[in-house]
Amino acid sequence: MASQTRRQLLTALGLAGGTAALYQAMTVMGHAADSRFSGPPALSGARKGSKVLVLGAGLAGMLAAYELRKAGYSVRILEYQDRPGGRNWTLRGGDRVVEMGTPVQKVEFSPGNYINPGPWRIPYHHRALLHYCKQFGVALEPFIQLNYNAFVQSAEAFGGKPMRYRDVACDFTGVVAELLAKSIDGHTLDQELTPDDRAQLKEAMRGWGLLDENLRYTSSVHTSTRRGWEKRPGGGPDGAPVPSHLLDRHELFKPGMWQSLAFFMNYEMQTTMFQPVGGVDMIGKGFARQVADLITMHARVTRIAQDPHGVRVTWEHTASGKVSEETADWCVCTIPLSVLSQIDVQVAPAMKAAIGAVPYTSHIKMGLEFKRRFWEQDDDIYGGISFTSGEISQVSYPSYGYHSSGPGVLLGAYTKNMAGLDIAGMSPAERIETGLAQGSVLHPQYRKEFSNGASVAWSRIPWSLGCCAIWSEESRRQHYRTLTEMDGRIVLAGEHASYLGCWQEGAILSSLDAITRLHKRAQEA
Amino acid sequence: MNSHILRALVIAGLAAFPVAALADSPGAGGERKSDMQSGAEVYRHVCQACHMADGKGGKGAAVIPALAGNPKLAISAYPAGVVLNGFGAMPWFNGTLSPEQIANVINYVRTHFGNSYADTLSADDVKAMAGPVPHVTH
Repeated sequence: MASQTRRQLLTALGLAGGTAALYQAMTVMGHAADSRFSGPPALSGARKGSKVLVLGAGLAGMLAAYELRKAGYSVRILEYQDRPGGRNWTLRGGDRVVEMGTPVQKVEFSPGNYINPGPWRIPYHHRALLHYCKQFGVALEPFIQLNYNAFVQSAEAFGGKPMRYRDVACDFTGVVAELLAKSIDGHTLDQELTPDDRAQLKEAMRGWGLLDENLRYTSSVHTSTRRGWEKRPGGGPDGAPVPSHLLDRHELFKPGMWQSLAFFMNYEMQTTMFQPVGGVDMIGKGFARQVADLITMHARVTRIAQDPHGVRVTWEHTASGKVSEETADWCVCTIPLSVLSQIDVQVAPAMKAAIGAVPYTSHIKMGLEFKRRFWEQDDDIYGGISFTSGEISQVSYPSYGYHSSGPGVLLGAYTKNMAGLDIAGMSPAERIETGLAQGSVLHPQYRKEFSNGASVAWSRIPWSLGCCAIWSEESRRQHYRTLTEMDGRIVLAGEHASYLGCWQEGAILSSLDAITRLHKRAQEA
Repeated sequence: MNSHILRALVIAGLAAFPVAALADSPGAGGERKSDMQSGAEVYRHVCQACHMADGKGGKGAAVIPALAGNPKLAISAYPAGVVLNGFGAMPWFNGTLSPEQIANVINYVRTHFGNSYADTLSADDVKAMAGPVPHVTH
């Protein structure tokens, strides 16, 4: 349909059937289908003097405060830490990592180097977060997600030797194409496919898998145009390329191999991926610029009470120990459930049960600084991720500062579950040693080039006791709706109150939804 | 990851299968090999992450309960239920740790960190308490 005609049709539909009909039509036509965000909420006309207390100055809390103040509410934020941003956090040289029960780590990275212990990447379809990054002046750059030249390593495949992602992806595709083409020729798919289908699919497998005229996937100039060369094309009389050898196909079927291919097919993992320039906390700082005057730091909430007329929150100053009370008409509580489940909150029993029913992940991230960027200089790896079956799970290379000659910091571990718990129980030095030992399998340069490192074990972080809410099918069914509904004058918000858990977008969407309902309730009250 | 561990993880729904992931995730890679047997090993590689090497827990915006001298350990079914089903921020380990591992670590905790309970818990006791394993979705 020509765009002019389509626009005319949509306009006509919008006039005739209202927004819902317009939205439905746009969805069918492929617009607006993949986002819950169609612009910031247009809240206005709050009752004069009406007050909202926001608990937590992470992204959900700061956004709630920003939008509600705009709508006319009087807003105050209480925050436990001495900085806004919450889990939106960046570690640079001079910063300290304070965990419960772990000696304090001082980060020694060189100027310009950093790691993001929490969120670090933004998929292109996280439209709400992208909207506010733009609005608050947070500059973004590409986050290199998929790098064909990074490594895939599993102790169970290829004798534990790291393979290039490109070789694994290319050979897996070729072998699968060959097998499928053979089954077509062997008439095993005659029931499923028409003769036309079979002919076309066979041609597709030949082209997609780079098969030869006998439908075989072999080492050749043809396959090397995808998987790379034994000797790359050059200039002059001896410039002819030499084809590369294929990997042992039996090893390709081992889980560590195909799982790495499937990882990047995940909707949330598809490119384009972004990161804030200079560290993810540029987002938190961007949000904080809007609401800094509303935030009280060092405030540990100890009680959240309510009656039909308002909320009353008791909090203790973490430095002075002074106990205060704050009253408001409404409360947006973004405190992680890991912490909130231990606070005396006056809500209905079902809500109380929901708050206590959601455990948190034990993610680990580790930053390692090396004297030089050997992954670029020696291995031709510029950004991206290498996977390993070691507990560290992956090594991610910086998507900034390419070709700089000074020291570089890579993400030396990003892991969770049992591996996360194991590493969390180690001393800082043992964690680094684990990162070096397991990372050396991918990069033998590790030991020689290592300079310093720091790690974050989320289960020991005193202000969150974990990284992300863990939902199960069972707990979603039993508790999710209750958790997200307003309980009197209190509404919860954060990644835990979304279906996009462990993403900043989930926190943003949850916050926007919560304040929209709060505003509606306040207008009706 | 060898195949029986993989199978156990699949059953537990905890294998980080990328095809099912909604959350930001490290991918399929590292899982600690579940070759821990003794209670001391399980404690060191799992529980110590939060309850600390000395069993004294931690305190921040909220508390990680101490296991040292904790009267709730008096009846072994209580800690067994917590380990199987989780509690607050603590995830469930039903399906992640075997009944043997759970029994061993509870017997270990109840006889260390200043605790000295004489009775022991068996893997069968734990098995009898275990319900269906929840399915992780995030």
